[in-house]
Amino acid sequence: MSRRKSEEEYAKTKAGKFFRWLSGEEDPFLGKIEMKEESSKESKVTLEEIDEDHKLLLEKVYDMERNREIKYFQYFYRFMSVVFCIILISVLIYTVSFLPKTGNANNPDNNVVSRRYIEKGLQETGAVNIVTGMILDYRAFDTFGESNVLFISTITVFILMRIERNKKRDGSLTKEEAEANDRVYEPKNDAILQGVASILVPFIIIFGIYIILNGHLSPGGGFSGGSIIGGGLILYLNAFGFKKTERFFTEKTYKWVCFCSLTFYCLAKSYSFYTGANHIPSKIPLGTPGAILSSGLILPLNICVGLIVACTIYAFYALFRKGGF
Amino acid sequence: MEVFQIMLLTVLIVCAIAVSFTKNLLTAIIIFMSYSLVMSILWILLESPDLAITEAAVGGGVTSVLFFVTLKKIHAIKGDERDE
Repeated sequence: MSRRKSEEEYAKTKAGKFFRWLSGEEDPFLGKIEMKEESSKESKVTLEEIDEDHKLLLEKVYDMERNREIKYFQYFYRFMSVVFCIILISVLIYTVSFLPKTGNANNPDNNVVSRRYIEKGLQETGAVNIVTGMILDYRAFDTFGESNVLFISTITVFILMRIERNKKRDGSLTKEEAEANDRVYEPKNDAILQGVASILVPFIIIFGIYIILNGHLSPGGGFSGGSIIGGGLILYLNAFGFKKTERFFTEKTYKWVCFCSLTFYCLAKSYSFYTGANHIPSKIPLGTPGAILSSGLILPLNICVGLIVACTIYAFYALFRKGGF
Repeated sequence: MEVFQIMLLTVLIVCAIAVSFTKNLLTAIIIFMSYSLVMSILWILLESPDLAITEAAVGGGVTSVLFFVTLKKIHAIKGDERDE
């Protein structure tokens, strides 16, 4: 007798299942892959049946004349929602009454940290605008997390809304159809919109760039400037269509801009954390406060954040509208 | 100045209540936009101009535009009947 198992026996062992799963013949949970289409048809039929059952159930449950319990339950529900709201509001107001009065000298927020920011912020960061000095120097790690959150959210929207090019699955649109569908409610090449956009868009984008570059001198910074540039790009896209914007902004641009900005931010801040933690004097000059090339790392970090925000806003809009950019 | 501030705050409250009572989704978004614009003026009066810039760009512009696109995608904006 040979020790080899027969094929049927081998198919039942775990190794057999594993190798068949590896070669794509059989899934351990779904069964044979070839059976998939039939099972999907079956599930469609059952879905319709489930829908009908659900409708019947709803009709019977919400038959107000016969079902008295649900009537009383609805009254109870409304009453309890009002009571719950009132309780919540009173709890919140009661909590607020314990907060210290604003502007009191003994308040807990009037401590060493804020005093240090106000008194030594200009010396230590070199930024005239204290807010930017705080968010991009003392608390740069927070801002790094925020820009990462923006990047992750774009990727999530991308996964949810993306339409693949030339790949038709049942029910979904191809990219060309989505583009045609996109223009149903809109006039194509609207003369007024194009005229207004060609005047306004340069100013909007230059204003955004100004806010980003002067983030350490005047109010504003990476986030506000980036959102203004994103808004300008959306206006440009609306007026001139995707063909013009795709000349300079595609998935590749988005990928590289975000990758480079996030990596630069990470490396630059790692350097300053490293020098700060080991008490090594940082080699980045702070410059004279008030000049545009001053305050060390804040200006390049502002540019990074601005690029990420502008790209994110434009990518959101393009993905919402067309499912790709 | 204080009177102006109080006026803006009342507009803010009226907007916030009106959003929840409108039945048309488009109107709700436009009220939300005006809420953001009033809020951005209030940020300037509260001496934080950088927040005002962000509020005007994000709250008044980008968020409402995204809402509009979403409404269009789910066919909640009814166009003129002449177009159809």
